Amino acid sequence: MSEALYYKTIGELNGLMDSGEISSVELMQSVVDRTQSVEERVCAFNSFDAEGALAQAAESDKRRAAGETRGPLDGIPVGIKDVLAVKDQPLTCSSKILADFISPYDATCIQNLKQAGAILWGRLNMDEFAMGSSTENSSTKTTSNPWNLDCVPGGSSGGSAAAVAAGEAIVSLGSDTGGSIRQPASHCGIVGLKPTYGRVSRYGLAAFASSLDQVGPMGRNVADVAHLLQAISGHDRRDSTSFKIDVPDFAAAIESFPGKQWTFGLPKEYFENAESAASLKAVEEAIEFYKGLGCAFKEISLPHTEYAVATYYIVATAEASSNLARYDGIRYTRRAESFDGKDSVDIYHQSRAEGFGEEVKRRVILGTYVLSSGYYDAYYLKAQKARTLIRQDFENAFAEVDAILAPTSPNPAFKKGALTEDPLSMYLSDIYTISANLAGIPGMSLPCGYSDGLPVGLQILGKPFHETDLLSIGHTFEAAHEYSREHPDL
Amino acid sequence: MEYEAVIGLEVHVQIKTESKLFSGSRAGYGYEPNELVDPVVMGLPGSLPVMNKAALDGIIKAGLALNCIIPDQCKWDRKNYFYPDSPNNYQITQYDQPICDGGYVEIELEGETRAVMGEHKKIKLTRIHLENDVGKLNHFAEDSLVDYNRAFTPLMEIVSEPEMHSGAEAFAFLTAIRQTMIYCGVSDCDMEKGQMRADANISVRPVGQKELGAKIELKNLNSITGVKNGIEYEIKRQTQELKKGRAITQATWRWDADQGRTELMREKEDAHDYRYFPDPDLMPVLIDDEWRNRIRAELPELPFDKQRRFVEEYGLPYTITSVLVPDQELSAFFESAAKESPKQAQAIGNYVTNDLLRELSEQEVALDDCQITPEHLLSLVNSVEKGVITKQIAKDVFIEMFNTGELADAVIERKGLKPDFDEDQVKVWCQEAIDENPRPVEDFKSGNEKALNALLGQVMKKSRGKANPQTVNPLLRSMIS
Repeated sequence: MSEALYYKTIGELNGLMDSGEISSVELMQSVVDRTQSVEERVCAFNSFDAEGALAQAAESDKRRAAGETRGPLDGIPVGIKDVLAVKDQPLTCSSKILADFISPYDATCIQNLKQAGAILWGRLNMDEFAMGSSTENSSTKTTSNPWNLDCVPGGSSGGSAAAVAAGEAIVSLGSDTGGSIRQPASHCGIVGLKPTYGRVSRYGLAAFASSLDQVGPMGRNVADVAHLLQAISGHDRRDSTSFKIDVPDFAAAIESFPGKQWTFGLPKEYFENAESAASLKAVEEAIEFYKGLGCAFKEISLPHTEYAVATYYIVATAEASSNLARYDGIRYTRRAESFDGKDSVDIYHQSRAEGFGEEVKRRVILGTYVLSSGYYDAYYLKAQKARTLIRQDFENAFAEVDAILAPTSPNPAFKKGALTEDPLSMYLSDIYTISANLAGIPGMSLPCGYSDGLPVGLQILGKPFHETDLLSIGHTFEAAHEYSREHPDL
Repeated sequence: MEYEAVIGLEVHVQIKTESKLFSGSRAGYGYEPNELVDPVVMGLPGSLPVMNKAALDGIIKAGLALNCIIPDQCKWDRKNYFYPDSPNNYQITQYDQPICDGGYVEIELEGETRAVMGEHKKIKLTRIHLENDVGKLNHFAEDSLVDYNRAFTPLMEIVSEPEMHSGAEAFAFLTAIRQTMIYCGVSDCDMEKGQMRADANISVRPVGQKELGAKIELKNLNSITGVKNGIEYEIKRQTQELKKGRAITQATWRWDADQGRTELMREKEDAHDYRYFPDPDLMPVLIDDEWRNRIRAELPELPFDKQRRFVEEYGLPYTITSVLVPDQELSAFFESAAKESPKQAQAIGNYVTNDLLRELSEQEVALDDCQITPEHLLSLVNSVEKGVITKQIAKDVFIEMFNTGELADAVIERKGLKPDFDEDQVKVWCQEAIDENPRPVEDFKSGNEKALNALLGQVMKKSRGKANPQTVNPLLRSMIS
């Protein structure tokens, strides 16, 4: 075997397991060994249970031996962002306040993975409560970018991206509220897809901003991502915002590119401000590739793009201020060690002061402010109106084009600590990703080259519930390039 | 200067449903602490609310029964505040698009006596909205513990316009709501179990003044009587303050039923900013005519409509309707007998409201479990009507029916209660009574009507109670004259 098991695709691994050349236990062992050898440098996991994972692999092998394999994910290790509830496992959201919490229930997407026979592998680091773009806002550890350990992996799903890039997991689940899947995927040179809002159940996803959050797949290639997306998609009666709509065959759809005459939009607002010329260059080369295939291109305008960051930080923080109120030191969250007060108000003050990190506090305060009586109309209500305009921008654009191509991030991964003192600059690193969340449309980041040795991502935005478009467009590029086979030197 | 009070009520009523408002967890009362919980009820990370359609059916029914408009759309908002009984530290409620708009409650004030119907009035409603109930705090010497069993139970808030002016009106308002909710099967409204709770907004102003006085919110009104007493106390207190020239400042007070007085809870400055915003976890609810009509078709006849109809169709006096109507089951029981024999409806009503209720209460039996059926009542009134037994004996027959489950005829037969004499024998007894009691006969002749009763009593005695006064009475009269 030319390539280590932990870097193989799901398709290849299924072939090897079906033919009996390897077992799921051997695959899992290979991932465990890999993790033990690189994790000290990558720091992707908050926790993992190698024994438990190997036991799940053994179960999968039994199923395969009995001819009862449940599909392409059976026996495949899937890393789980530490924001999803897994029964009897810790759920920390990389926050001190949940440090002692063990979830008594499974998220719907986790149940789906269990049904698909996937091995639930570890709890992946993230920015606390998914608030951040570098995973530096974690209370547990700082994850490194496997391509350059001095750099951040992006965030908030930095652990999910780094683990996949480093071969510590075959695929992983992340969550994306303003780019938290796509931006770290871009920074770590992997594929990350944020599904349409409502495609994947949010039940069991610890909420940051309910109207923006979506769970999504991350992997080293489009087909792997399609398999994972398949398993977690679908209506869930436990999530009133999940959509009753048919789930297509994503894995089959990745081959559907050639059958169609594509028209792509290039939003001028997304090409004006890229900080790194080199990163823009990789994206432009990808565009040339599609032109070479005969795809039509149109320059389009998403005129309200300039309001996206402000709109996002009002809507998201408003919802977060309310969503995070439940972490109060009363029931299951950690009560302040210093608690010496007499009443519940003291419990709140002390537990939240001690349990939340700086960024979380900043956003809770901001969100509380924008919802306050006298400010609601000026901030929250206005942001909702702006959000409608941003959604309409995309509706207008998709009347003319099939998909939109753009950079995922204005720059490749930055150095650790570079932006921690400058929250606003950190917020702006999401400038190309947050509009998709505000509009609810699907978006995918795909490796399309390098800038100074750091991966660069191409972002593909599609029509609502047209994830198949993103997958087939991405797969066509991927198949003609080597990026999905290139791994960091660890 | 004369003063008047202006009162608005906010009434919380739990909707009786199998499961909770936004969770599949069972709803109920009397379970072990924190038995009725799930991830949603505990506000665990990742849990999401899902609307319970039965609760919506319930509030739509309540709204239609209280004459509200049910708009085409309502939505859910979060009311943010920290309190340990609230698992998420926000309550899901309806801020600006409630499920029921407007409406009114027909109330009945106390009559001059218990036998006389009081004045009927319509109290306008502002709205009714749906929200999740919260848990319950239990305070101990060292700690406070929270029980989340009640949390997320569907709770309606019925808000009245400030249109009431006395504790008595508030009492009537709550009574009417309670009866209507019970009739509709929406809630049992048991205040001891917290199924119905009320807060009052009370202000006092000089008569003739248009603007309302400063509003006092009165809490902890734990019974319908508590509402009445608390409000009356507060009106008196505020009026006295104003008469002494002291200003009332807006605040929240609580009623202390044991002490029989109100006390200050918090001033207006401590008012919360609830930071309402639309709940992003829930979709707005769209309600169409089909839905509204389906619920409307389930509406029962409402209490006051029934009262009017009983008076009209059966000629019942208020003394009977006022007992029957508050009890839907008893009314139905009455009517299934009465409609078979409408002419005897009043007699049937009397047996139901006097004899039946007395036996049920003395023997501690529920109507459902007792042996008396409408058929029993009919057999009894028919026996009296045909003159087989007297009303006096009928009372005993009723008790016998109640105890054995036999019909009246069987009881009369078995106990030999049927008169064993003919009309000639009655005439003989009458003549004897006249002959033996010259004094009452003289009195009657000189115009004292009551004197006849003495003679009647004698005849009854001779017949061992079996003679029918209705035949004896005219017989005596004709024989004397």
